[in-house]
Amino acid sequence: MITKTLLSAAALGALLAIPASASELRIGLQDDADVLDPHQSRTFVGRIVYTGLCDKLVDLDKDVKIVPQLATDWTTSDDGLKLVMNLRDGVVFHDGTPLDAEAVVYNIDRAMTLPESRRKSELSSVEKIEATGPLQVTFTLKAPDASLLAQLTDRAGMILSPTAAKASGADFGANPICSGPFKFVERISQDRIVLEKFADYYDADRVKIDRVVYLPIPDTTVRLANLRSGELDMIERVAASDVAGVREDANLTSQESVGLGYMAIYVNIKNGDRAANPVGQDARIRQAFSLAIDREALNQVVFEGTARAGNQPFAPTSPWFNAALPVPARDVEAAKALLAEAGVERVSIELQHANNPVVTQMMQVIQSMVAEAGFDVSLQATEFATLLSEQTAGNFQMSRSDWSGRPDPDGNLHQFVTCEGGINDPKYCNPEVDTLLNEARATSDVAIRKQKYDAAGAILNRDMPIIYLGHQTYVFGMDKGIEGFQAYPDGMIRLKDVTDAD
Amino acid sequence: MPGAAHPRDNQGNPSMLIHIAKRILVALPTLLIVSVLVFSLQKLLPGDPVLALAGEERDPATLAALREKYHLNDPFLMQYLRWLGGVLTGDFGVSLRTGQPVLELIGQKLPVTIQLAFMSMFFALLIGIPTGILAAVKKGTVLDWLANVIALSGLSIPNFWLGIMLILLVSVQLGWLPASGYESPFVDPLRSFQTMLMPSFVLGTGLAATLMRHTRSAMLGVLSADYIRTARAKGLGSREVIMTHAFRNALLPVITLTALLFGELLAGAVLTEQIFTIPGFGKLIVDAVFNRDYAVVQGVVLCTAMGFLLMNLVADVLYVLLNPRMRTAL
Repeated sequence: MITKTLLSAAALGALLAIPASASELRIGLQDDADVLDPHQSRTFVGRIVYTGLCDKLVDLDKDVKIVPQLATDWTTSDDGLKLVMNLRDGVVFHDGTPLDAEAVVYNIDRAMTLPESRRKSELSSVEKIEATGPLQVTFTLKAPDASLLAQLTDRAGMILSPTAAKASGADFGANPICSGPFKFVERISQDRIVLEKFADYYDADRVKIDRVVYLPIPDTTVRLANLRSGELDMIERVAASDVAGVREDANLTSQESVGLGYMAIYVNIKNGDRAANPVGQDARIRQAFSLAIDREALNQVVFEGTARAGNQPFAPTSPWFNAALPVPARDVEAAKALLAEAGVERVSIELQHANNPVVTQMMQVIQSMVAEAGFDVSLQATEFATLLSEQTAGNFQMSRSDWSGRPDPDGNLHQFVTCEGGINDPKYCNPEVDTLLNEARATSDVAIRKQKYDAAGAILNRDMPIIYLGHQTYVFGMDKGIEGFQAYPDGMIRLKDVTDAD
Repeated sequence: MPGAAHPRDNQGNPSMLIHIAKRILVALPTLLIVSVLVFSLQKLLPGDPVLALAGEERDPATLAALREKYHLNDPFLMQYLRWLGGVLTGDFGVSLRTGQPVLELIGQKLPVTIQLAFMSMFFALLIGIPTGILAAVKKGTVLDWLANVIALSGLSIPNFWLGIMLILLVSVQLGWLPASGYESPFVDPLRSFQTMLMPSFVLGTGLAATLMRHTRSAMLGVLSADYIRTARAKGLGSREVIMTHAFRNALLPVITLTALLFGELLAGAVLTEQIFTIPGFGKLIVDAVFNRDYAVVQGVVLCTAMGFLLMNLVADVLYVLLNPRMRTAL
C-alpha cells in the first residue's frame, strides 16, 4: 500500500516537475489541522480545509448573511419548531454517491450521536430530522432556535458521503469524502494536505484551480518568507508587524476582513474562592478597569492599526453592534472616581494571559494604562493549555483570552454569560440576561432580536463580567497573480472563482 | 605501537557479543525507568489533554465523553499499566489530536529526522575535522585563531537566528532554495536535498564547533607523541606524518564523540525542525507536548531513549573495534 502510494506519488512528482502546475495553489496555514472529520474536528485551520473539501447545507456571504449551498431554499414554521430545507438536485459526493435527503438525515444524526462528535451542543435544539421528500428534509426542534441556520453554515451543516462514513466510522478523517469543489488526495501530518479539483462538482465552472496544497507553517516570519520567495501563493493570518511589509511589496497583495470574534478579559465573578477579590466583587471596579484602557492606542501599538477597538462581543462593523454604547475613550479621572466610589484607592489583581509575544505585549500596555488609575496588575504569562484549564477550573482572578466568533450573535454571547452557559468561566449569572438571550434565540425576527441583544448588552456593559478589548482582523497575503479571492469575516479561504495567473 | 599487540580476530569476538548482550539487558530497566519518569512528569504538567485539544469548543458533555474514551479518569497506575501493556504487545496507542496510531506517526517522522541528522553530521564533519586538524598543525598562528573563531561562532550563534537569516538571504533575497518544507527523497530526490540543505547546515554548524575543538586537542596530544617524532626523524613528509600517523590515532576519540553527538542532533532537531517546518521527530514532540497528546509524547520519548542507548552502544563497540587494547578489558 505504502509502496503503491510512493510510486503514484513519484509519478505525480515527475509530472509536476515540469512547471505545468500552473493552477496549483499553495496556501500557508498557521497550524496543522486536526482530524479531518467535520463532526469531530475543532481547529480553525481544519475549517479552512473544509471550505475546499466539504460543502455545507448553507453558507455565509461577505455580510454574514446566510445564502444557499447544498440547500437551495428553506422555510421556518410560524411557531419556529420546524425548519424545512430543499436540497440541490444533481449533487454527487466524491465517491459518486448521490446527495439526497437520506444522506442529509444520516449526517445530522451522525453529528448528534457519534460518541466522538463535537457538534452535539451546536445541534442541541434539534429534536429530530426526517426526509420529507427525495430532496427535502425537515428539522423538528425542541424549542425555537434562531441560531440553528448559522450553525449549519459551519461543520454541523457539512454533509459527508454516507457510504464512506458508514464504512469508516470514527476513522472517516483518514480519507474524508464530501461533496465540495475539491476532493481529498493525501495528507502528511504537520506537512501538507493536498486536494484536487472534483470534476463532477455541481458548480465546476467556477472552480479554476486544479490542485490545492495546504501547508502548516506556524512561524509567521517563515510563512511570509515562503510567500515572498514564491514557494507559497497565499498565506493566512499575516502578523500585524508584517502587514506593512506585505502592502509595500510590489509582488504581493493583501486582503483583510474584520473577524467575527473578540479579544477580552474574563473576570472571575463567582467561580470558586479566587472570585473573592475587589475586581470580582464590585462592578464599579471593573468599569474603572475598562475606562482606564485606551483601546485605540492598544490597536495602534500592538496591532499596528490592523485590529479594531471594541467594547462589545460584536465589532463596530457588525449589524449587531449596539450603537448606543460606543467604544469608550480612555478616562483615567472617571476611573479614579469609580474606585473612590467603591471605597478603594489602589487595587492589586492577578491577570493571566497566553505566553505569546503579541498577547504579552498587549497585556504589558494594559498593565501600565490601568496603573495610572490605581490598579496594580501582576501579569502571569501562562502556556495556553494551562491557561485554558485554569480558566475552566476557576483558578484565576482575571484571564485574557480570545473567541474566534460565530456568525449568529447567539454564538458570541449565550454560552458565555447565561447562568448555565457551557463556557461561562466567570460564572456570571443574571436571570434578566438569561431571559433576554433566551428570547433572542427563540425568534427569527431580526428587529426583535436586535432589541433583545441591545438590552442584554446594556446590562453586561454595567455588570461587566467580560471586559471586551477589540476585534481581530483576518489579513491574507498573496501573490499578485492570484485574482478573485475575497476575505470574509469568518476568515475562511473560499476558492471558487479564484485564479492563479502564474 | 597501537594495533600491534593483538592478532586480529576475524571470526567474530565472542566476548564482544556477550558485551553487547549485557549492554542490551542493562538498557531494558533504563527504558522502563524512562517510561515511568515521562509518564509521571506528564501527569504533573498542568493542563488537561482533553481541554487542550478542545480549544475553544469546551462543551462539558463532549469533554467528559472523550475523557472516558481515553481512560483519563482512571487512577495513575492503571493508566500507566494499560500503556505499558500496550507497548509490550506493540500498541503504542493513538494520538488524541489526529487519531493516528503513535507507531505510524513515529514511522512517518523518524526517517525525516534521520535524514536531517545524517546530512547535518555530514556538514559537521566536513567543517569540524579539517578545521580541527588545521588548527592543531598551525597551532598559535592566525589560522588556529581563525578556526577557533569559527568554532566559537558555531557554538554561540543560536540556531533559530541563523535559520531565519539564511531563509531571508538564500530564499527570499536570492531565491536559490525553498524557505521551508520537506519532500521525501523517494519522491523527489533533488527537492528533498534542496529543502534539507539549509536546515542541516544550521544544525551542523553547532556540532562542527564541538568536533573541531575535540579534533584539535586530540591532534595536539598525538602530535607531541614520541612516535610522531620518530616518523619525522625517519624523514617522512609532514603531510604523511599528519594524515597517516597523527590523524588516525587522533580519530579515536572523535569517532566516539561523533556517535554521541547524534544524540545532541536529536535535541537540536527540535528547534531546527520548528524553524524550517520540517515534519520530523522534533516537531512531533513539541506539538505533542503543547497539545498534551500523552500517548505521542510517551512513544516519542521512549523511542528517543532507545536511540540514545543504541548510539551509546555503537560508540562503545566502535571504541573497542578501533582500539584493540580495550578488548582485554572486556
